[in-house]
Amino acid sequence: MVETVLFWIFGVVALGSAFGVVLGGRLPGKGGSPIASLLFMISTLASVAGIYVLLEAHFLAAIQVMVYAGAIMVLFLFVIMLLNLGHEYQQDMKGWAASLVLFLVSGAMAGLLAVRFAGPGGGGELDFLADANTAAMDAAMAEQGAVAVIAEPLYTTYVVPFEITGILLLVAIVGALALAKRRVA
Amino acid sequence: MLTHALVLSALLFAVGTFGFLVRRNAIIMFLCIELQLNAVNLALVVFSRVAGIDGQVFVFFVMTVAAAEAAVGLAIIISIFRHYETVNVNSFNLLKW
Repeated sequence: MVETVLFWIFGVVALGSAFGVVLGGRLPGKGGSPIASLLFMISTLASVAGIYVLLEAHFLAAIQVMVYAGAIMVLFLFVIMLLNLGHEYQQDMKGWAASLVLFLVSGAMAGLLAVRFAGPGGGGELDFLADANTAAMDAAMAEQGAVAVIAEPLYTTYVVPFEITGILLLVAIVGALALAKRRVA
Repeated sequence: MLTHALVLSALLFAVGTFGFLVRRNAIIMFLCIELQLNAVNLALVVFSRVAGIDGQVFVFFVMTVAAAEAAVGLAIIISIFRHYETVNVNSFNLLKW
């Protein structure tokens, strides 16, 4: 089953790279390079885009690569280079004891979520439930195309949130400019 | 595979939370928030397989909000860096008790 193999490859890469983002290529107590964290983040985003393709969300996979890995990560890279942080290996991670405690707390959270998702009454019946709906969605996607399937509800049911998103982006542009601009005398 | 993807999204979210709590570099904390948003996006895409296309529309909105958040957040980081010459959040203690 080629899909299952691909899913495991993408999943392991995504999770490993996520740890790479946190560790920045180094160990706790030592800090790491922000550039390394950023490159690991791009690897995670690309792997998640691969999983989107396996879940038949082709348009979102393309958007993920272009907007997230392409635009937002380049913005982060610009800021790291602008502030000249790329070679800064100073310690910015909490010590071993605090890291261990926080790791256990996050692990407990992951365990609770996973049990809720995979256990009985949660997502355990998901694969079973999905079959009927999946067939309808695949048919609609084959008929209309991957973009039109999302565009149709976006411009009808969700047209008001869509417009508000546009205003949000305008506010973000003006806000970013006003915050980052140097004071003009 | 859907259940596996949901568990993966839970694990990615937890790793993002761990990174946010354990790192003190403002930019990497931001990256970890993006990681959490991405994990939620993955869960929404999985749910859209079961409950219809609306989940994917939500992912679209989440991505837009993430872009806006990154732009404003990085502008704030640049602005703070000009003042303090560092991005370590332990240095920003003006409002700390």
